[in-house]
Amino acid sequence: MSYIQKPVAYHPALKKNALGLTHRDYEGAMSTLCAGCGHDSITAAIIEACFELDLPAHRVAKISGIGCSSKAPTYFLGRSHGFNSVHGRMPSVTTGANLANRELVYLGVSGDGDTASIGLGQFAHVVRRRLNMIYVVMNNGCYGLTKGQFSATNDRTSPSKKGDPNPFDPIDLCQMAIQLGAGFVARSFSGDKRQLIPLIKAAIGYRGFAFLDVISPCVTFNNHPASTKSYDYVRAHNQAIDKLDFVPEESEITTDYDEGTSVAVTLHDGSRLMLHKLDQSHDPRDADAALMTIRRRAAEGEVATGLLYVDENQQDLHDVIGTSPRPLNAIPMAELCPGSAKLESINARLR
Amino acid sequence: MAPTDISNPKYFHKVVDCQWACPTHTPVPEYIRLIAQGRYAAAYMLNWESNVFPGILGRVCDRPCEPACRRGRVEEKPVAICRLKRVAADYKGDIDVFMPGIPSVKNGKRIAIIGAGPASLTVARDLMPLGYHCVLFEKDPRGGGLMRTNIPSFRLPEVVLDEEVGRILGFGVEVRFGHEIKSLKALLDDGFDAVFIGTGAPKGKDLDIPGRKAAAASIHIGIDFLTSVAFEHVHRIGRRVVVIGGGNTAMDCCRTALRLGAEDVKVTVRSPRKDMKASDWEIEDAEREGVPILDNHNPKEFIVEGGRLAGVRFERMRAEYVDGRRKLIPTGEEVVIPCDDVLMAIGQENAFPWIERDIGLEFDQWSMPKVDRLSMMSSRPGVFFGGDAAWGPENIIWAVAHGHQAAISIDLHCHGKALSERPAPGTSLVSQKMGIHEWSYSNDYADLQRVAVPHAEMAKSLRNLKVEVELGYDDKLAAKEVERCLNCDVQTVFTRPLCIECDACMDICPVDCINFTENGAEPELRQALRVPARNASQDLYVSDALKTGRVMVKDEDLCLHCGLCAERCPTGAWDMQRFTYVEAQASPACLAHHNAYIR
Repeated sequence: MSYIQKPVAYHPALKKNALGLTHRDYEGAMSTLCAGCGHDSITAAIIEACFELDLPAHRVAKISGIGCSSKAPTYFLGRSHGFNSVHGRMPSVTTGANLANRELVYLGVSGDGDTASIGLGQFAHVVRRRLNMIYVVMNNGCYGLTKGQFSATNDRTSPSKKGDPNPFDPIDLCQMAIQLGAGFVARSFSGDKRQLIPLIKAAIGYRGFAFLDVISPCVTFNNHPASTKSYDYVRAHNQAIDKLDFVPEESEITTDYDEGTSVAVTLHDGSRLMLHKLDQSHDPRDADAALMTIRRRAAEGEVATGLLYVDENQQDLHDVIGTSPRPLNAIPMAELCPGSAKLESINARLR
Repeated sequence: MAPTDISNPKYFHKVVDCQWACPTHTPVPEYIRLIAQGRYAAAYMLNWESNVFPGILGRVCDRPCEPACRRGRVEEKPVAICRLKRVAADYKGDIDVFMPGIPSVKNGKRIAIIGAGPASLTVARDLMPLGYHCVLFEKDPRGGGLMRTNIPSFRLPEVVLDEEVGRILGFGVEVRFGHEIKSLKALLDDGFDAVFIGTGAPKGKDLDIPGRKAAAASIHIGIDFLTSVAFEHVHRIGRRVVVIGGGNTAMDCCRTALRLGAEDVKVTVRSPRKDMKASDWEIEDAEREGVPILDNHNPKEFIVEGGRLAGVRFERMRAEYVDGRRKLIPTGEEVVIPCDDVLMAIGQENAFPWIERDIGLEFDQWSMPKVDRLSMMSSRPGVFFGGDAAWGPENIIWAVAHGHQAAISIDLHCHGKALSERPAPGTSLVSQKMGIHEWSYSNDYADLQRVAVPHAEMAKSLRNLKVEVELGYDDKLAAKEVERCLNCDVQTVFTRPLCIECDACMDICPVDCINFTENGAEPELRQALRVPARNASQDLYVSDALKTGRVMVKDEDLCLHCGLCAERCPTGAWDMQRFTYVEAQASPACLAHHNAYIR
């Protein structure tokens, strides 16, 4: 980690967004992760995505668990709400926060350990409940914070840095997410911002459960020549199945899209996802096909990336359980807490 | 674009904007670091070796380094390079021990040096340690040239001038003050091995408009007036003074007039204010002392009443710009400014009535000697020019640069070598890594505004010509200002084969100057960067193709040299390396500190 802070000086010609902010205004504290960590690139992509979407930082809540990945929210959106919670428990905390205030953008940041090991149960249920959030897994296939042991997402063919074989098959979080009912499932690579930034923007624009599995090489423990989560390996085996443009609501579509190879998906708020298909056999609106694509590519030794699956009609948790449309902090106290007499009457009704 | 050839020293030299802009290529960031360490004597010596007059230049240099300073592009104002140089001079202590030795046994070559200004003194300084016998001719009673005659002592105290001029004369230069050369031919007949002409541009331009002759007693040529004041021949001036001209001499004239007792001093300029030739800081100083600058005023007539100057009639002008060229158009509106004296500072010219035209020394159509840009030699072998005498009015630091080149040429000439065989500059490039994320320089960006230089109380300084207006930084203020230097000589060096394209450097760069992108022609590439590189005077640093086929492109324009790219690089593909550049001089004995620095 660096001993100095990132200089406050910035390029005077830096682009400003609709809020008059530069992307530097979306930064957080100086990263203490290892130099070259993929997580820092994902951080930069999140900063860029929020900047491009003109998101006011105070409308975002970043919530994380434990691990290198879960430290990362400190390094972006320094003016947003944040909760660095308990190992594997980011989904519960996010669920609570979301139920209390549905108007914020919930950005959950987790890692492969935090999600696929200790937090697997929490992960399964937050997907199942279709919580309106963006769930980002910074996936490096190892426990970087504890010296690089295999995580549950590490490929069986990928040995440790010292050469110890990995005896177990990996959990594929994207397949799980699709099976459990996630409405938006994408996979990307920290080293490919051109793909990653539009995916993050689309995930933020999506109402419902948006899952992003981002392969993020651990430069210290899992970037060796035999690793399948190294910069070189992922670059060599990355198969983008589509190219995504996120077109926010009220913006015009300026690019020409060929109907035969492009799919337009309209989201709840009117914004659109323009998908240019690179794999003709893949239809991102078909969950079975999405699973097939992932499995077929994996069998061929490739990593399918891009928007794997999207359900444009998903209802989120609030829709399902019919909560108040207003956030709790916007409901007058008398209404929010009607008093003992009202409680009595409810109790009496149930006796 | 083709990959940048960083083995060519020109590339990194240009990144050090201040050093590149300085005619003598003084290693600015290095001496600023020495000041930061409190090593004032070392900082002074690095300056002295390079620009010969640090104490003088630290006050009155034209400072081409400052407009070039990268800090001025990152935020509003450049580092106060000039004023920091003065700190080195003010706090240096005893430096006699560092002076080059002068051989007692001479090399048998006699050099005549005409004029005792900065160019001439530089030639003498560079040649004396080599054993030359230098004879200096000067028409004035003391040395320094225009530094003494045209720069008022409230900007450049005599004691500073005497010290630095005296140091060179003390090397054993044979001086003949009060000796005006009337004939170059006669001097050449004396059998000198080489002659250096550094006589400046001593003739102030005149203005031939009605009333000029009738009011002659009250109309003075600016530089002659300043000279008379410097040598204490003039002690008074009228109550109301009009200065005509918008250059630095005009600023010196108006401020001198105030100190001689004038109560109402105005500066008038033909052009719009923004086109004035004077340095911004000199205009500011004049205005601070209450002198109004009246622009767009074209003098038409000196009004004479009762045989005496009564005022100046001006016509107001209007500027129009066509294709970037300015045209001043008369508006017909007239203004009369009553005054008792006029000071004319509308430019200077060279004059060589003492050079015969039949001695093989060619002049051009403007009666200027033909001088070779590189060697400073005229068309007559063995006769060299430098300073304002060579190509007209420039400034002190250019005169010093000319002096260094002329000294090299004189040395080559006296040894029968071709003047084109000039010694190469010395360069080096060395990593500054001390440990993990530890560098040998202060890489932490200091978010500080330029520190203002304290001034003497105006009530006091306006009454006395000899009271220096600027007090200079003390050590505490200097310690603050030095931190503003970005250390542009510590270069970001990229080693392509080590790069794994993890984007870490691009993500951390505070000024978004690092890019990984597809290669292209320069204009397209400049547009395609994260922040388009619009400053064409600043180079792009382009790598060879990386594994993905992309290239690394760094826009040098706003790089803070903070080293974060190197700190965030997991493979050491980026390193911070100090680039040193030492301009060659005639005598290695005058480069002892530079040679220690380059190692």
